[in-house]
Amino acid sequence: MKRFLLGGVCAAAIVLAGCASTGTTPEGAAVEDRTPGGAGATTQPVPPGGTGAQPIPPGRTGVDPLKDPSSPLSKRSVYFDFDSDAIREEFKVTLDAHARYLRDNRGGKVLIQGNADERGSREYNLGLGQRRADAVRRYLALSGVVEVQIESVSLGEEKPRCTERTEECYAQNRRADILHSGEF
Amino acid sequence: MTRTLRLAFFIGLALVAASARAQLSIEITGGGANQIPIAIAPFQGESALQQSVTQVVEADLARSGRFRTLPTGPQSLNEASPIDFASWRSRNADALVVGGVYPVGGSRYEVRFRLYDVPKQVALGGLALGMSPQQARATGHRIADYIYEKLTGDRGVFSTRVAYVVKSGPRFELQIADADGQNPQTALASREPIISPAWSPNGTRIAYVSFEAKKPVVYVHSLATGQRQAVANFKGSNSAPAWSPDGRQLAVVLSRDGGTQIFVMNADGSNVRRLTNSSAIDTEPQFSPDGQHLYFTSDRGGSAQIYRVPVSGGDAQRVTFEGSYNVSPRISQDGKTLAFIARNNGRFQLSVMDLATRQVQVLSDGQRDESPSFAPNGKMILYATEVNGRGMLAATSSDGRVKQRLSVPAADVREPAWGPFANQ
Repeated sequence: MKRFLLGGVCAAAIVLAGCASTGTTPEGAAVEDRTPGGAGATTQPVPPGGTGAQPIPPGRTGVDPLKDPSSPLSKRSVYFDFDSDAIREEFKVTLDAHARYLRDNRGGKVLIQGNADERGSREYNLGLGQRRADAVRRYLALSGVVEVQIESVSLGEEKPRCTERTEECYAQNRRADILHSGEF
Repeated sequence: MTRTLRLAFFIGLALVAASARAQLSIEITGGGANQIPIAIAPFQGESALQQSVTQVVEADLARSGRFRTLPTGPQSLNEASPIDFASWRSRNADALVVGGVYPVGGSRYEVRFRLYDVPKQVALGGLALGMSPQQARATGHRIADYIYEKLTGDRGVFSTRVAYVVKSGPRFELQIADADGQNPQTALASREPIISPAWSPNGTRIAYVSFEAKKPVVYVHSLATGQRQAVANFKGSNSAPAWSPDGRQLAVVLSRDGGTQIFVMNADGSNVRRLTNSSAIDTEPQFSPDGQHLYFTSDRGGSAQIYRVPVSGGDAQRVTFEGSYNVSPRISQDGKTLAFIARNNGRFQLSVMDLATRQVQVLSDGQRDESPSFAPNGKMILYATEVNGRGMLAATSSDGRVKQRLSVPAADVREPAWGPFANQ
């Protein structure tokens, strides 16, 4: 019963998110690719079965798609150009897969951690990382994921993946990572 | 399993090593002009103490860059001794300090000293200070503060403390030490980063950002009790705490409404209200000493620059114009000087601006300077820098003449914050 109500709220939220997204489209790149977008609007928010608390992952049974290396969901990082928070075309497949997973698993949540390379002020770099995390959050929201499922935060320059002082390394640190429930 | 054990063992080792070499060592790398030549005779009777008071006084004054300490010779003098001014004059002393350490019973001592102006042949004053033997360093700092103020007209900062973050391996520690790097105490140890420590105006608490929750959260930490409270832990990122001059409010940077924006709240985290409203990054707020304005960093104009906005709200004014990256504003206590980090040809360098004339001066020749912090008397600026790939702290006089370097062997030191005067 409770579950049913929750489903109703989620459905309403999706409609709202859909409306909001058309209103806030200025983020050009992110919107452009709102693929056969309707996916979110037509899919039932409550996963089939409705018995256990565990969402049933789509695809092969018995394998957690988040851990399946052949699944696009195994890709968790989005890289950015210098001084940019635009989502590059090549990462949209990954983000679309995560958006689909979250639409199918309304109880699921993601923490998006934005990062920046080490040059300059730590606090300003937190801001740059936040911009990148927010860009991913907006992309997911425009793809039908409800805001309560997403938290976007920044680690700034504090958790570098690569510590060399080379352009390649800096590029690896201009990044947003997607962590699903249970991973943060 | 074995892996976990091995890791635990390694961490244990690292901890021991960290505590053995945690002390900041200070190296003076440049001297000031017009240094006052001062002779400090060894205080009579201080050999009864494990720690010489005279040495602390001498080291403090020399480190300030404003004094040149002279050798004093073997004769034994105390604050009551008659002074042979002609003899001190012939050794080029402008000032002379003499004193003694006297047991007063029950393992307590009294330290008495007198300061003389040698050319004028007059006593400028002196003090009598009670102490336990463990307080010999603190007493030395108080004497140095007294001499410094008498001879320069500026209040001394030798009794103040500094906070900074030490990173050794995977471990981060927020440490508090005396201004000369002695007596480091760890206030917080974590396996996740700690940044942006900020002293409360009365020196009893430190606000900082910790990433222990996999995201930045602002804490206020009471130094006496070790108790702390998450004062800004909203959805999204929470960072860049800055105290209002009366200690009752904190400016913080939150992303809870989207973006990176400045908010003001009570120091306990209540009554949060938004101050800036832009689609840019607005961060690194700092209250002006009169509490009326906030200086902050923003890229609203296309590049990161420093702005100023009334705390009561209203339009922001741009403060920096030269170059394409000016960040991390800090205001001297008299409100006259802005210290900040400027990017010049790819180098990040400590700079100061005279706010009346808008004249900018680059104070360091660093590559990666960060996080400036004024001494409470405004005469020195402490900042993070890097030497041979290692994080160190550096201090420079506000005119750039005197320079010091503070390092911890085999560890990175960063995020310095100079504490307030002790009895503010």
